[in-house]
Amino acid sequence: MTVESVLFYAFAGLSLLSALAMVGFVRNVVAGAMSLVVTMISLAGIYVLLEAHLVAVIQIMVYAGAILVLFLFVIMLLNLRSDDFGPVRPWQGVLKVVGAAVALGIFVVLLGVLPDTLPEVAELPEGFGGFRVIGVSLFTDYVVPVEVAGFLLLAAIVGAVILAKRSID
Amino acid sequence: MLLEVVLKTLFILMIVVGVFAPIMTWVERKQSAMMQDRIGANRADVAGITLLGLLHPAADVIKLLTKEDVVPRGANRVMHLMAPVIAAVPAIVAFAVIPYGGVYQFGDHTLSLVVADIDWGLLYLFATGSLATYGAVMAGWSSNNNWSLLGGVRNTAQMISYEVTMGLSVVGIFMVFGTLKLTDMALAQDQTFRLLGFIEVFGLGMLPPWLDWIRLPNWGIFLQPLGFLMFLTCIMAENKRPPFDLPEADSELVAGYFTEYSGMRFGLFYMSEFIEVAVISGLLTALFLGGWAVPYLSQDTIIGAIAPIFGDGLATIVCMVLHVVTFLVKVIVMVWFQMLIRWSLPRFRYDQVMDLCWKILLPLSLANVFATALVMLAVGAA
Amino acid sequence: MVPIEHVTALSAALFTIGVIGVLVRRNLIVILMSVELMLNAVNLAFVGFNRVWAGTTEQPLLDGHVFVLMVITVAAAEVAVGLGIVIALVRNRDSVNIEDVSILRW
Repeated sequence: MTVESVLFYAFAGLSLLSALAMVGFVRNVVAGAMSLVVTMISLAGIYVLLEAHLVAVIQIMVYAGAILVLFLFVIMLLNLRSDDFGPVRPWQGVLKVVGAAVALGIFVVLLGVLPDTLPEVAELPEGFGGFRVIGVSLFTDYVVPVEVAGFLLLAAIVGAVILAKRSID
Repeated sequence: MLLEVVLKTLFILMIVVGVFAPIMTWVERKQSAMMQDRIGANRADVAGITLLGLLHPAADVIKLLTKEDVVPRGANRVMHLMAPVIAAVPAIVAFAVIPYGGVYQFGDHTLSLVVADIDWGLLYLFATGSLATYGAVMAGWSSNNNWSLLGGVRNTAQMISYEVTMGLSVVGIFMVFGTLKLTDMALAQDQTFRLLGFIEVFGLGMLPPWLDWIRLPNWGIFLQPLGFLMFLTCIMAENKRPPFDLPEADSELVAGYFTEYSGMRFGLFYMSEFIEVAVISGLLTALFLGGWAVPYLSQDTIIGAIAPIFGDGLATIVCMVLHVVTFLVKVIVMVWFQMLIRWSLPRFRYDQVMDLCWKILLPLSLANVFATALVMLAVGAA
Repeated sequence: MVPIEHVTALSAALFTIGVIGVLVRRNLIVILMSVELMLNAVNLAFVGFNRVWAGTTEQPLLDGHVFVLMVITVAAAEVAVGLGIVIALVRNRDSVNIEDVSILRW
């Protein structure tokens, strides 16, 4: 085991645990959001191991630093203290087993879709994953998607303002 | 190699956490006392010796460590206990990429005085800075107190807003220096440029050679004056000290998000605030004030001038010490400047803080990026 | 580095957890967070595949990374609108439980 693979499995375990906690075990919404933060940060760690430095930094800045803070802002603004999972139904135990089976099914199907054999991880070209090469390709090969993404953000801003405004003047 | 990293880390930790943070509490008390015509901290004494109140930081630490650590009823215990640590960590790790000295050659060994010399140092700083929100958010939410909650809500809104403008306001700097690596930026700032050089570049005429002597250091503050002002404003807003202290606004929210904290956990919040002041000063120094560079005396000049007297090895060491001292002096000046602002200006209203960010700083920073790009195109630097 | 199959397996597992979250939870905010988790799983797969194929070409191949940046942009937009909807919902219904907004299912 190299240091890299130890780190990878540590981050992978951490992200799985915190994602499971967010979805299944935490009643409290803020605690759920905080465990999702842990998932995001461990994913950023994995990105660094995969030599995707810029993506890792953007992941922390945007996901952990902005998107989840926005979630927390809304949770605190609405002052949601705890979240109930709904009334316990009589056949809750059966449902849990069925749910677990369905989850396992989805996981197996997904694994089947993914390619079984991939080439060995090779040596990387110079500057791979750095901000310079990605910046160049964003503004040469991918100019149109970048512009469209900018337009999408504008639309989202307008939409969010209209939704959140009590009444339009 | 590992030993070198450990030593560098220990040095900067010792300076920032061990010396800067405690001394700053004292300086802040004395500074505020001076500005308000009071005497300031002078009571703590050991056998009658007060050292101008310098014993107060030590007394504070003893007091905080021996106080009861209270967790309020109804609070989320785990998050309440974790929050101060989460608030302190991003502040401390930020210093890993700030260079406090240049690159020195000792025989065949190269010594670079920065803990982690990474290519995307500036992005690393933004990433850790964006994680700094969580400490205050967790503290505010987990305390089960309305003042704390309001402090937390204000904190999130303020931090998200100012992060955007903070990022945009330094785009000009890394356009000018063409790098995100803080050590390279400091190296570039070790040089000087001709103040009237633009006349030649724009083809407005040739300069007589004697005007070449009118030079300015190649510092960010001279190349990006507007960027410096905007970055200073944004980063002070991120630090949540007055005049941007709305998350903790004493007169409205008791103490904001850390109302319910006591003992050393309160002390951690307090300390991380002071460490952040030091980090901000270090960052401003590295980006805009030339880092470790002595104005008008580049590294080669210094070593060249004193090498005949001391010999190469000793001259390099002298130069290194000079650079570190220069860096620390600049940081201290910036810390003092921040304290001056903190005690001079009253707190903004909340809508004023948001207006300043979204209606003034955001358009200005975009205009700054655009203007910088135009000038660089005209000069032919791009 | 570990084989990329492990990375994609992790991505599949995270995606599954996200799907389960959307299906099981009734809190709108948690559902939105589960969607984020799914997007992240996909991002992980993109980065993993990009790592594999990058070594096979002369030029740095960065399509995966660029796609991840686009996904993050879309996620940010989605969250802004989604949380706007949550706020509007709480104003009108005083609840974030999706079973309270089943008015179309008369």
